[in-house]
Amino acid sequence: MSLLSVQKLSMGIHDHPVLHDVTFEVAKGEIVAITGESGSGKSMTAFSVMGLTPGGAHATGRIMLKDTDLLTQTEAQMCALRGNAIGMVFQEPMTALNPVKTIGDQVAETILIHGAGTRAEAMQIAADTLTRVGLPQDRFPLGRFPHELSGGQRQRVVIAMAIALRPALLIADEPTTALDVTTQAQILQLLAKLAREDDMGLLMITHDLAVVSEMADRIVVMQHGRIVEQGDTAHLLRNMQHPYTKLLFAASTHQVDLPSLTSDAPLLRVDSVSRDYRTPRKSVFGAPGTFRAVNNVSFDIKKGERLGLVGESGCGKSTLTRAILGLEDVQSGSITLNGAPVFSAGRANLAVRRNMQVVFQDPYGSFNPRHRVSRLITEPFFLLDNPPKGQARTDLIAETLEAVGLSAADADKYPHQFSGGQRQRIAIARALIIRPELIVFDEAVSALDVSVRAQILDLLADLCRQYDLTYLFISHDLSVVRTVTDRVLVMQSGQIVEHGPTEQVFSDPQHPYTQTLLAAAPTLPDLTDKASTHAQPPLV
Amino acid sequence: MLRYIFKRLLSLVISLAVASLVIFFVIEIAPGDPATFMLGINSQPDTIAALRTELGLDVPQWQRYLNWIGGLMTGDFGTSYTYRTPVAQMISERLWVSLPLAIYALTLSTLIAFPTGIYAASRRGKAGDTAVMGATQLGVAIPNFWFAMMLVLLFAINLRWFSAGGFVGWDKGLGAGLWSLTLPAISLALPQAAILSRVMRSALLDVLGEDFMRTARAKGLTRKQALWRHGLRNAMIPVLTIIGLQFSFLLAGAIIIEQVFYLPGLGRLVFQSINARDLIVVESVVMLLVFTVIMVNFAVDLAYALVDPRLRSRT
Repeated sequence: MSLLSVQKLSMGIHDHPVLHDVTFEVAKGEIVAITGESGSGKSMTAFSVMGLTPGGAHATGRIMLKDTDLLTQTEAQMCALRGNAIGMVFQEPMTALNPVKTIGDQVAETILIHGAGTRAEAMQIAADTLTRVGLPQDRFPLGRFPHELSGGQRQRVVIAMAIALRPALLIADEPTTALDVTTQAQILQLLAKLAREDDMGLLMITHDLAVVSEMADRIVVMQHGRIVEQGDTAHLLRNMQHPYTKLLFAASTHQVDLPSLTSDAPLLRVDSVSRDYRTPRKSVFGAPGTFRAVNNVSFDIKKGERLGLVGESGCGKSTLTRAILGLEDVQSGSITLNGAPVFSAGRANLAVRRNMQVVFQDPYGSFNPRHRVSRLITEPFFLLDNPPKGQARTDLIAETLEAVGLSAADADKYPHQFSGGQRQRIAIARALIIRPELIVFDEAVSALDVSVRAQILDLLADLCRQYDLTYLFISHDLSVVRTVTDRVLVMQSGQIVEHGPTEQVFSDPQHPYTQTLLAAAPTLPDLTDKASTHAQPPLV
Repeated sequence: MLRYIFKRLLSLVISLAVASLVIFFVIEIAPGDPATFMLGINSQPDTIAALRTELGLDVPQWQRYLNWIGGLMTGDFGTSYTYRTPVAQMISERLWVSLPLAIYALTLSTLIAFPTGIYAASRRGKAGDTAVMGATQLGVAIPNFWFAMMLVLLFAINLRWFSAGGFVGWDKGLGAGLWSLTLPAISLALPQAAILSRVMRSALLDVLGEDFMRTARAKGLTRKQALWRHGLRNAMIPVLTIIGLQFSFLLAGAIIIEQVFYLPGLGRLVFQSINARDLIVVESVVMLLVFTVIMVNFAVDLAYALVDPRLRSRT
């Protein structure tokens, strides 16, 4: 008998249908992954099982946990099940813990709230559980506060809270999406290990197909609130039936064709740049310390070249980006574009700045919601001495919008009328409109769904052919960097540890850090190889 | 934690020094010579000069500032120009009314605001929330002097439970003293409670939307348990800020209420001294109020650190 059996679950919030006839099962000790793009209903399915759907939600069907139909349970009965029979782990470890309580108290609370022991016993179980998830007491005593831990360590605390009472079912909602690739690998390994050891059912919700295919025993693919396909991982990967499943997997491994390099002239030159930040004083009257975020970094970008920059959070990518854009000065070294410094006399050099534009990660936060598209994308005009006016301006707006795959009529709309992918096109239009010589893409496709991401990557390749784009592409996503760049820099602790032609670095990494990064990144099995009889073995 | 306290203390001392300088020189450049004012405009110049010497007004400004500060430190606030009594004594008499009144009002305000704010937040969008928010809207809108007069009309004139004004003095006993401060305290507290209740509600609602509240629910806590165990303490920072501001306001800003109830408080003392151009009293009272405000802020800073461990480890 299966542990969790969701049968014909349909759910709506007020009048808005969210889930349709969702049916799947999770057995003891089995890892089932629900995957799909945003809005597919995968998270809502998880919250339905937890009984934590938003107000106004109404569900039909059955959610059987062993012999209990969760949909018929009262709120009090659900409270007794949550944390006890079902545990849950969330996406954002940085905010999932209460900042004012110690980690020991927070883990022990799971035990205390279910009356599973006295306070002393609960603290002992908390200590044991934290040790079990890789936070041994000698280094991570119970009295630590969340802000004293890194993202990966906090996620371990969240996992400890969820498994303290050894629940039969663990639900993990995008548990590693916010983490660095090496941390992600460790957390995934931990989850798989716990599921095997405790014979616990693990329901993973994730958009990352590479994670899914490495980790799950079974895959459930959702689209628009419906399950379009499900089956054993190995079988499903080899015999995809539904067009949406095929599209998803094709989009995740999407490759673009970049035009070949035409020029050899250097455009941007970064020469022995170091950037220090002040750290708090050690004593009240002592001198402030410094933290070197970027340490003696040198590289250059040739005209028409696509350069990638990869590294984990805190490696100095963002600091370097800000220095290149002239947003901050550097402590030593120089950054020049066509020989002119980007930052001079205490401020960004306008003549240079107009030749550089940037596209940021968040397509929702990077626009003023009260401005029309025409105004948003013409913002860089203030950098120009003679910005186009009247008809010339209208024509340029129309041309630029069309170049990024939107229409001239979109100029009068507001950002909320567009989807995330369309907004990222607007952001690219904003960068493109003054024809800069260099565009910096700062995690520009990281927040997008795979199918949308594939389209944006195609757009980039198109623009490269059309406008001879030169860009610096910063990302933590190795597979994307691999396809859209000619050369790549690998950054660790403020230094460039490896650089070279992209294909060469990826296929034959020299530096141990690059090797670690590539090994940790989950990969999709090579689906073109029909001869292979089994997919990659699941972790542990 | 020790370093946090030390840094707060350092900023406290600097604030006090800057504030005293500003107060002294602002009052110095205010037009009107106290000696001339006390003797009348038709008095003889040599009489005025003699009085100026007696009042210590004939020495350079910087020396008067130092004398004033030195006096404040030793409890000698100088002598009032108009009443010819020690300022320290005048202030301490008034302080014995104003300080208990402020504490009384703040206690009432907190006692009203916490339950209503928490109640409203826990029933967001429901009838209870709407009712509480409507009531606080009214509480913010009603001027406290009008409300004070209504209280007098109902409880003093019609029901005769309280006297309409005046203060019986603490020598009549704690109960009698508090009783005579009750109507003023309520009139001061209600508008403050309305504001505090709204702050409490919105701070709690912000916290209720946090990810860790969802984590708490996933552990099996009921909505109510999650609110009490995880929500409240996280919502305290904005609430403490407002409480600190309100205390300072209640101490100094009760002038109108003191007039309505004819209370011999600090507010009235300042008002009278300004009219009489009794600059030494004004200076001292203002300095005292600034001192209190800065001390209250210091206390609030310490309370932040108690509530939020992240502040303790920060420098």
